[in-house]
Amino acid sequence: MATDIIDATTGANQEGASQEIKIIEDATCTFCGCVCDDITLKVEDNHITEAKRACVLGKAWFLNHAIDDRPSCLIEGQPAALEEGYDRAARILCEARYPLLYGLSDSPCEAQRIAVSIGDWVGANIDSTSSVCHGPSGMAFQSVGEVTATLGEVANRGDLIIFWGANPAESHPRHFTRYSLMPKGLFVPNGRKDRTCVVVDVRKTKTTKTADLFLQIKPRKDFEALWTLRALAQNVELDPDRVEEETGIPLATWQTLMDKMKAARYGVIFFGMGLTMTRGKHCNTEALLGLTRDMNAHTRFIAKPNRGHGNVTGADNVISWRTGYPFGVNHARGYPRFNPGEYTATDTLARREADAGLIIASDPMANFTQAAREHLATIPYIALDPKETPTTRQATVAFTVATYGINTPGTVYRMDDVPIPLRPAFDSPHPSDEQVLREIENRVKKILNIRA
Amino acid sequence: MADEIFILIPGRTSKQGCGISEGKFLENYQRETSRLQVASEDMERLGLSEGDKVKVTGEHGQIEIEVFGARPGDLPPGLLFMAYGDLSCQLMGSDTHGTGMPTSKGLDVRLEITHP
Ligand code: SF4
Repeated sequence: MATDIIDATTGANQEGASQEIKIIEDATCTFCGCVCDDITLKVEDNHITEAKRACVLGKAWFLNHAIDDRPSCLIEGQPAALEEGYDRAARILCEARYPLLYGLSDSPCEAQRIAVSIGDWVGANIDSTSSVCHGPSGMAFQSVGEVTATLGEVANRGDLIIFWGANPAESHPRHFTRYSLMPKGLFVPNGRKDRTCVVVDVRKTKTTKTADLFLQIKPRKDFEALWTLRALAQNVELDPDRVEEETGIPLATWQTLMDKMKAARYGVIFFGMGLTMTRGKHCNTEALLGLTRDMNAHTRFIAKPNRGHGNVTGADNVISWRTGYPFGVNHARGYPRFNPGEYTATDTLARREADAGLIIASDPMANFTQAAREHLATIPYIALDPKETPTTRQATVAFTVATYGINTPGTVYRMDDVPIPLRPAFDSPHPSDEQVLREIENRVKKILNIRA
Repeated sequence: MADEIFILIPGRTSKQGCGISEGKFLENYQRETSRLQVASEDMERLGLSEGDKVKVTGEHGQIEIEVFGARPGDLPPGLLFMAYGDLSCQLMGSDTHGTGMPTSKGLDVRLEITHP
């Protein structure tokens, strides 16, 4: 790896003042779960003006994160001193009977760790954006296990790549070139030519254009389609009419796919929220993980969820280290309990149970159901975000924070659970998530008389 | 048309993703999350043209939104697509069926033309 800043030159801007141009090599993009760590950034006067190798989403991420000139702290919409904000935030959390700590997926692991501590001290429900993304996959991992690999292994070995209910061409634009389709790997020396790409989805997307075989299944029939393949993997005889009626795809086409799967040397299924957000949810992902496991009787096969936010995988990891569970964890009894559907954010809000919130790097006011949003608007909550969002606008205490990866260092987990360091480009006058959370934690401990 | 059931799939688009970084209150994000894609066959059958407004009613909410036609073959008839955002969330129900995840894709909805 190159050093963080390999070149710093001084030029002159229009007023004749000196203007620093920095080049940051191997910067890490945290917009999506691909976490590309090969970006070259050009920084001029605390503004990124170029992001080489970044995709369209990565460019938008880097080029639109100039320093926000909002105050670092707002209390009830009015500018306030940071100290006041920390005090008020700690009081809100300590006075609550059923606080909710939510978000975390666009924050580095170092900050996530402190957030979980706060949740532990105040007896909160701790939930990440996983619960509205691949949370159902997390439940399926627990029930059927996960046959997995790193993306490096996929790049070097994968010769049959299946995308199921996922559209990486729009959500993870460099997925194909960095990891799954294009790389020339040790056992796939000709890159794309050595790989077969299959896409299963309910509609044509930009991803389906890359497919050698596209199966457009009926909407809400992923479960039936996956069980069709599970049956074919075991040579179970199926009724062709029923299969086509249920899945919208002729049995012969499923058989063709199964033949390809059995003939592959290294098969990979990347799955997306087409499975987890559709009726059936964890049952859909259980079926997919079960199919992956079945395939290992024939050849090597692995499955990976395409994770969305830059450090949502880190959130799963950190919450798991700290509590034993990946999301939806309740601390009200002084020890962690896991129950998706009971302790998860949408549920505690929509059922009007949560009476305070700490929302970190996420925007439930824009993404949650109407009932959940309506309740969140009625309770005191604290929000941390580099930008103004519908959530920060309604927060009791809103902190404008430095952007992770652009202004602050730290660690994030790529979607395959590989930790990647961040190489910040320029400083921010705003505090980092980690600083804000540490200050809140210190005050929470003081209020609760915790000495440790 | 009010009796016909369509299936709505909200999802990510790259424009919506870029809009998140540019700012959610700005034009690009607002525009991208406020348009409903309708299969070209359905546009024709229902006499809809780009920019018409429809009322979309689901079990948990109702929105008014502009339509535009999908390229022929991109969306099967009966399926609707829109980018995730405030409007799509207004149609989601809060019952997560014990998972934490509201059913956010594959929603049954009805359409009604409001402003042709
Ligand atoms: S693929 Fe994802 S991580 Fe890579 S540059 Fe694009 S947005 Fe950033």
